[in-house]
Amino acid sequence: MKYVVTLCSAIIWGSGQAINKQWIKGAVFFIVQCIFWFVELSTGLLDVITGRAEPLFRNCGYFIRGLWGLITLGEIPRLDSSVLVFDHSVMLMIGGIISTFILLLFILVWIWNIRDAYKTHVLIDHGQKQSSLDYVKGLWEKSFEYIMITPGALLVLFISVIPVLFSISIAFTNYNRNTVPPRNLIDWTGFQTFQDIVQIPIWGTTFVSILIWTICWAFLATFSAYSFGLLNAVLINTKGILFKKFWRGLYVLPWAVPGLVSLLVFRAMFNRQGAFNTLLMNMGIIDEALPFLSNSTWARTILVLTNVWLGFPYFMSLISGVMTSISPELYEAVDVDGGGGWTKFRAISLPAILTATAPQIVMSITFNFNNFGHVYFLTQGGPPNPAFQMAGSTDILITWLFKLTLDQRMYNYAAAISIIIFIMIATVSGINLMRTRAFKED
Amino acid sequence: MVHKHNTSHVIRRYIVRGIIYLWLVIVAIIVLYPLLWVIGSSLNPINSISRASMIPEGATFDNYVRLISETNYLTWFRNTGYVAIMTMLFSVMLNITTAFVFARFKFRGRKAGLLAVMILNTFPSFMGMIALYMIALNFGMLNNLNMLVIIYVAGSIPTNIWLVRGNLLNLPKSLDEAAYIDGASKMQVFLRILLPLSLPIVTFIALTTFMSPWMDYMLPRLLINRTEVTTLAIGLFRMLDPADSANYDFTAFCAGAVLVAIPIATLYMIFQRFLIEGLASGANKGE
Repeated sequence: MKYVVTLCSAIIWGSGQAINKQWIKGAVFFIVQCIFWFVELSTGLLDVITGRAEPLFRNCGYFIRGLWGLITLGEIPRLDSSVLVFDHSVMLMIGGIISTFILLLFILVWIWNIRDAYKTHVLIDHGQKQSSLDYVKGLWEKSFEYIMITPGALLVLFISVIPVLFSISIAFTNYNRNTVPPRNLIDWTGFQTFQDIVQIPIWGTTFVSILIWTICWAFLATFSAYSFGLLNAVLINTKGILFKKFWRGLYVLPWAVPGLVSLLVFRAMFNRQGAFNTLLMNMGIIDEALPFLSNSTWARTILVLTNVWLGFPYFMSLISGVMTSISPELYEAVDVDGGGGWTKFRAISLPAILTATAPQIVMSITFNFNNFGHVYFLTQGGPPNPAFQMAGSTDILITWLFKLTLDQRMYNYAAAISIIIFIMIATVSGINLMRTRAFKED
Repeated sequence: MVHKHNTSHVIRRYIVRGIIYLWLVIVAIIVLYPLLWVIGSSLNPINSISRASMIPEGATFDNYVRLISETNYLTWFRNTGYVAIMTMLFSVMLNITTAFVFARFKFRGRKAGLLAVMILNTFPSFMGMIALYMIALNFGMLNNLNMLVIIYVAGSIPTNIWLVRGNLLNLPKSLDEAAYIDGASKMQVFLRILLPLSLPIVTFIALTTFMSPWMDYMLPRLLINRTEVTTLAIGLFRMLDPADSANYDFTAFCAGAVLVAIPIATLYMIFQRFLIEGLASGANKGE
């Protein structure tokens, strides 16, 4: 009998529940099934069945058409404006991904409905009966977790997961400025894009050079800002220095001012006619304007220096906090041993600070690895480098990808490069994550 | 002998202090110079980068007047303010509830969810931008500030969930258990016990999600091209782009930069304790 109930629910949702005499629950499942078929039929399937539309996949309803679009990416290009029925590959791809996800959600409900019919019937066989109302009451406390995360999960699904899946898919197509839908159709090309990146020399050399500069930048930026912050924190904390609060408050300013504003201001100041060139020329140090942002070595130096300005206050505040928590008894012990200020710093303060701030150093390195704003607002990746594929000398990976995507419209290459970077980062951080206690405990 | 040693010691100490003060003053100048320069430039009557200076001759507020009367600065400001406040409200709500569930309950899919979030975070944030553009186009959400809010809120969840969860994990579990024994529901435990105790992290999330729309450039540039829905970052960036001659206006840019920097910087200074603590706790993800 319990198999009959299960089978009934599998074909007509909720019918098993009806047999189990759980009317409300059965009705809810049945309505969900009706919605599913209503969507599919009303968006085209009905026309195909009744013969009003040609029996083609493209004329079917939302779900079948979605799957068809995702697999074929369209069949009719819009060669000129006279073509009225045409396929837009990108729309088909996104629509396909979305409808597949919705289909999966329906399948999930379907499985839930089948399992529920089976389980309830087993309970009835054992002489227990639960009314739909009790079930709903129990459901709230039992699925509290799922109900609470549903809004967030749906949002992340549509705004983060689906777009990321879309761009991963793009890497396996030929979608770039040479094939622009709807005039052209996009095709699945497998690993062709990845092969191009490896085999066409300019892509490979650009990628490797930018990767090296990105890593150098991430480390240089972090350690220069950290050292400067450390130095100032220590100096302000020195015994006998007055107005400690004043100095700290003043030095926090660069952190408080919005980064975009200060970077754009720096860009104006490092301009050929900007404040620094004027200042240096007036002081007689240089005769003609220095190419701060148009020479690659200069531009890279400026990037790191301005990052010290923007980044040191955070580390200074952090380190000041750590220093106040070091027990004074430790310093007294050094006094007893006859050590001076330097010994105190090297033997006590520095180790304490480094251990306490190690996680922030790591975070800062990963942040700078992807520090789009700093590079883009200050130099926009420039000066342009002719040896690179669509990149400038100060471009880091993320700004290069941004240009490839939005300015150059080389979508498939940008997507493929993101995947390569993702695999690199994921391997490193994945190994790290598996070893952390936090994750093992779960 | 002892006395003589002391004198040289004292002199040495004064020299060291003198050097430290000198250094502190130099750093103060480096810190203040760009800030004073932009304030000075915003008061400059001559609209040119090369004539910009810290103390302009014939200082005037004309640039501020022009900024407000002739450009759409106030509209940009209002738009960005709307996006920032909505983003803050919804981010706080969703981040805290989601993190609460991930911190306190064992349920199927929890580990997978946390791992998925971590994977999502390793993709560059604009990876999905073309898709977002297409989705916005499809649903008629281009040039719509609410689309920005939705995307910012969605983006805040993967960014913050580990951090907030870590903070909630640090609250003793005995608190919840005592409440459950007294017959409290899961919702009550969350609202009455855990939420009041996590005010510092709530403040942190509220602040960071409020701040980020002010300076985001990528997303509005992609999704918005009409003046009446332009945000501050785009407007300011255009004012400084020599290629964009219609909008290029250096001194008005300076005035606009000063006007947005002052309120944001004030917020930072007031709440800096929360910001530093929040960032510091982020690294010990739930350990």
